[in-house]
Formats: sequence, structure tokens, C-alpha cells
Amino acid sequence: MALGFDISLAFLVVVLAAWTIQVHDTYSAVLAFVVFGLLVALIWVRLASVDVALTEAAIGSGVTGALLLSAAALLRPTESTVAPPGAAWCTAAGVVCAIITAGLGAIALLLPDPAPTLAPLAAANLPQSGLGNPVTGVLFVYRALDTLLEKVVLVLALVGVWSLAVDRLWGGIPALWPATCPDSTLTFLAQLLPSVGLMLGIYLCWTGADHPGGAFQGGALLTAMWLLVMLAGVRAAPATGLLSLRLLLVAGPTLFLVIGLSGFAIAGAFLAYPPGYGKPLIVVAEGALTLSIGVTLGLLAAGPAERAREP
Amino acid sequence: MTLALDLLTIVGVSAGCFFFVAGTVGLLRFPDALTRMHALTKADNLGLGLIVLGLLPQAAGLGHALKLVAIWLLAQVSAAVASQLIAGAVLRQRSAIWP
Amino acid sequence: MTSTDIFALCATTLVGLGLFGIITNPQPLRKIVAFNVIGNGVFLLFGVVAHRGAAAGLGADPVPQALVITGIVVAFSATALAVALLLRLAKQTHLLTLEADDGSDGDLS
Repeated sequence: MALGFDISLAFLVVVLAAWTIQVHDTYSAVLAFVVFGLLVALIWVRLASVDVALTEAAIGSGVTGALLLSAAALLRPTESTVAPPGAAWCTAAGVVCAIITAGLGAIALLLPDPAPTLAPLAAANLPQSGLGNPVTGVLFVYRALDTLLEKVVLVLALVGVWSLAVDRLWGGIPALWPATCPDSTLTFLAQLLPSVGLMLGIYLCWTGADHPGGAFQGGALLTAMWLLVMLAGVRAAPATGLLSLRLLLVAGPTLFLVIGLSGFAIAGAFLAYPPGYGKPLIVVAEGALTLSIGVTLGLLAAGPAERAREP
Repeated sequence: MTLALDLLTIVGVSAGCFFFVAGTVGLLRFPDALTRMHALTKADNLGLGLIVLGLLPQAAGLGHALKLVAIWLLAQVSAAVASQLIAGAVLRQRSAIWP
Repeated sequence: MTSTDIFALCATTLVGLGLFGIITNPQPLRKIVAFNVIGNGVFLLFGVVAHRGAAAGLGADPVPQALVITGIVVAFSATALAVALLLRLAKQTHLLTLEADDGSDGDLS
């Protein structure tokens, strides 16, 4: 029964991926990609990785989908200007891709048995950190440096996006979907949903210490609510030059870095937590990171400045 | 008692699945956007509602049950708003074609 | 054939499909979407490895899971950067006009 469900799920995901690649209209392709992402999130649940499923549904499908949809709508007039490649080229590409797929598939099926795993180590050392969720443990204790650097990557990507603005618009306001049409229903949703979404985002961040959830998932929810509010026109997009906005962007990574550096003084190593204080420190860092991630993802989706800042 | 609750679950989830199938068939077979949306609302409201209703007896406690109901309510709100927006877009498009 | 094997094959097929899309689709935005399909395939392979490493009462090895969470977020930021580059390119080469509210569009110097 479960196997049948998994086979149909995998089949559906492959069909949707093929549709995403092959369908003529870019807008349809992006829509299919969003549905594809949600079904991939279901596969993650089947693979017993609920944390990843939440991240995939929120960021991989949701926020990425919003970004791609707006880009597809903007680029629609350019679609017919590009000529597709010839049949011979497609056939050659198909053969190469089939060979790569077959090779990867063979490797994936012939993985060593029993599989090497770090799960016992991770589980054995988890009680020291005071956390109950092993994935959060890996993210914020064992591989905390990765997580810290990833936050820096997010900020760098945002700097890259912002720097694509025209020189005199630096510090201006992101355009954010020029095709926004005011609608009373959307305004209603943007006034109703954020209260629920904010609570859920904070809950996800808080519960991440012991159950599936965490800073990324909570942050993505904050992003979704913020984008909804901006899209509905309830609040305008902020100017990218605002000092408070920029402080909010770096607050999470900075706090994490400060905690990491103070590890030298208190616990004798970078990003080491003093015994007994691991969980409170992680929860504080996660709270700040959730805010920063939420703001960063939202601004990444909003794009570079397109309008001058009002004086 | 447990048997009755299990029966409720089976009936509820089966009825919900029926509405989902009916809604999907309608989505595939109906001719234009508005009628297709009409079919989808049946899957969204009734289908999901009946499935949640069927799952309520299986919830581990009051908290779980409330979460299930919250899922249904959130899906309702988003479905209602999404269909309003789509219908609005359809109407604008129509008035653009036949002014 | 277990469920994990099915998902492994699914993941490798996604990599192949995405690669095909990148090579054959001429539109830049479609290449970005195809790149995300490849990314999903690679992440799912990680998930398969994590699930095979289930031990110590955990459903899946947490280390690959954490790597994938990091990966999804980085993939999103890369996608956002690529889309921003693409939109700027389209604007610069006048393949499309983005509406500017203050009417100061066009002159990019």
C-alpha cells in the first residue's frame, strides 16, 4: 500500500518535472514547477525528513515560485524572440542526459549496505546541547559554521541583487510586481492572514528546538506574509537605503557571529556554547536569524530598486 | 464506540475523496474558467472539510483536533480569496474582449 | 525495490530532465527553472542517503538533512540573483519595457 503510494508520488513528480521542462508557455512551466515543489515536499515527508519538507514547501516551492511567476509575467513579451534548437541537437542532448540519468541511477541503487550514517553520533551528543531536534542540533551546534556562512551568502546575494539597480536609484524602492492590481478581497486577506502567519512563524522558530521547524521555515513564513502585505498594497515596499532595514538584515548574522566569537572567551573555541547555556543561546540566535532571514528572503524576491526614494 | 468513530472516519474520508475526484473531473472536463472554478470549490470546501471531519475522531487530543480544523479554515480562506482573484481576472479579460 | 530505491530513481530522473531542459531550452528563465529541477533532484538524492542512514531511533540521518536545508536556501538566493540579472539584461537590451512609476525609464547611464 505504502509502496504503491510512493510509486505514484514519484511518477507524478517525474511527469510534472517533464511538463515543467517541455511545456511551451513559460508561465505554465513555472506554475507546474510550484506544484512540483509541493509534491517534492511530500516525498521529503515520506523520507522522514519533515524539517526539509517544511523548507522545501515554504522556500523551494513558495517563495521561489512567487519570484519566478513575477519574472515569467514580466518576460512574457520576449518569449517568441528566441528560436528553439534543432531536432538533432535535442536528440543528442536527450541521449547524453539519459546516459547521465542511468549512471546516477545505477550509483544510487548500488550504494553500500548498510549505509554509512552519522545519526548515532548526532543522537548521542544531542542531550549536551539541550535540544530535542537533531536537525537543529546539526545546524546550530555541529555544523554551526555552515549555517553562519550561509547567512552571509544570503546577505551577499542580496547585495548582488541590489547592485543591479540603476546608479541613481541606489537606495530606492523595489518595484515588486508592477502589475499589482488593487482588489478588496486581496486587501482583506492581507489584513487577516498576517496575524495568523506571524504567530505560526514564531511558533515554527520556537518549536524548532525540539520538533521539526526552525529559523528557515519560520523566516520563510514571515517572508510570505510580508510579500502578501506588499502585494496587496496594504504597506508599500521599503526603500532599500533605510538604515533600520539594513540593520535588521545583518542583525541575525551579527548576533550569531558575536555568540560564536564569545565562544572563544567562554568555552574555548569558535561557535562553542558554554555548558548549560547551549539551548538559550541557540534560541536567541534563532529568533534574530528568523527575522533577518524573513527580511532577506522578502527583499531578494522583491528585486533591485526601480523607483527613486521619496525625499 | 471505537468502531463507530472508525466508521465515521471511513465514511468521512471516503466522501471527501469522492468530492476531490468529482472536482478534478470537473476541472478537466468543464469548458471555461468560471465553471472549472465552480468544480474546484467543491473539492476545496466539501472534500477537504469532509476529510478533516473524518480525521477528527483519530486526533490524539484537543490540540491536534484544533490544528486539523485550523488547516481547513486556512485552506478555506485562501481558496475563497484565490477564486475571487481568478474570477476578477476572468471578468476583466472578458470586458477587454467584448467591451 | 523499496520506497527509498523508487525515490532514488525519481531523483536521478529529475537530474536528467533538468539537464535536458538547460541544454535544449533557449529561454533564460526556463534554464533557471530547469536548474531548480536539477537542484531538487540532487537534494532528493541527499534525502535518499539520509533515509538509508536511519539509525539510533531517528527516521533519517540528520546531517544530510541539515545540508539540504542550507542548500535549499542558497539555491533560492542564487535563483533570485539569476532572475534579477535576467530582468536587468532584458531591460538593458530593450527586449521588454518595465514600467517605471516616475516615468524615468529607458536611460540607463
